[in-house]
Amino acid sequence: MPHGKSIGLGLILGVLARVSLLRSDYRQYPTYPHGYTSHLFLGIIAALVGAVSIPALLTKEWTAVTFLVIVAQQFREIRSMERDSLKALEDTQLVTRGSDYIENIARVFETRYYIVIFVAASAAYGVEYGTVFTGFLLGVITYAASILVARTEPLHRSVKVEVAPVNFKGASLYVGDIFIMNVGLEESRSYIAKHGLGAILTPKTETARDTLANLGQRQAILHDVAGILGVKKDLDTPEYTPVARRHIQTGRVGIYLVPEELDSELLTRIINRTPVLESSRGRTLRRQVPR
Amino acid sequence: MEITINKVILCAVTDDCAKIQGIPAFIVKSEAARQERAMLLSRILQGAVHDMGNGVLIVVKH
Repeated sequence: MPHGKSIGLGLILGVLARVSLLRSDYRQYPTYPHGYTSHLFLGIIAALVGAVSIPALLTKEWTAVTFLVIVAQQFREIRSMERDSLKALEDTQLVTRGSDYIENIARVFETRYYIVIFVAASAAYGVEYGTVFTGFLLGVITYAASILVARTEPLHRSVKVEVAPVNFKGASLYVGDIFIMNVGLEESRSYIAKHGLGAILTPKTETARDTLANLGQRQAILHDVAGILGVKKDLDTPEYTPVARRHIQTGRVGIYLVPEELDSELLTRIINRTPVLESSRGRTLRRQVPR
Repeated sequence: MEITINKVILCAVTDDCAKIQGIPAFIVKSEAARQERAMLLSRILQGAVHDMGNGVLIVVKH
């Protein structure tokens, strides 16, 4: 087989790239075994497309190249596949992800397949013009560069997170000095005062202030926090719903929830690690406005 | 698909019917009994109870 080595190495490195990107991130994907299986299978196809594309180009097999391009188009479907499946789960979740977070996750999933195709193609290219070692090296470099470019920014780079006390002034619930909501039931007030957790997010820059203002970003934070700490809430106790409210004057955001696990240190760690969503990233002072 | 009405005052619990107009109101004189009634309504209607002060509690669907 004339191009066996390049296709073989491209396929192997591509599949390895998909496996390493398939890590069960606590935010991105619940550990569904069937989700793993389908993404592994699609990963093999993506790796094959990438690995075969270079030899097909070199041997001027234009029909093959055309077909490979058509197959690559199919990976655009991954985004809608992820979006649909996560949207379908929204109705039955106590704390939803929100459409911004879903869109972000779906985009990440789509991008991972393009990384796989890119890694497989680079490895195949390296083998065609050098040795198996060159191909391996090129594949690894491409993988590292892609990860570097496609990495998500954690919230703590632009936002300071501090634990703040949950307190009441009359029936009004506050986290630190930020008003959250009015709680009418005495029983709920005393329960929240005892079991509630609060944090205040202070933006470090103007753009971070806009990021925090975005409702999708705030819902993503609440979903992550509730997903890990748990929430003491049911449909008939809406006052225990996690809430993120903005302090209009300063742009700070107060986070309130009644968690299953009363761990304020873990709360700050989770918020710090929440990804900054691409769609909610602040743009103030970056936009060019004609004056 | 489930359709619900949101951002609506479902009912009120008050000590004086003159304070409420246009929405279903439960008249309960004692503060403790008012809290109890509001809690029941909140759980039944899956709405949040808000204290308007002046002896008026409202149940709102958010």
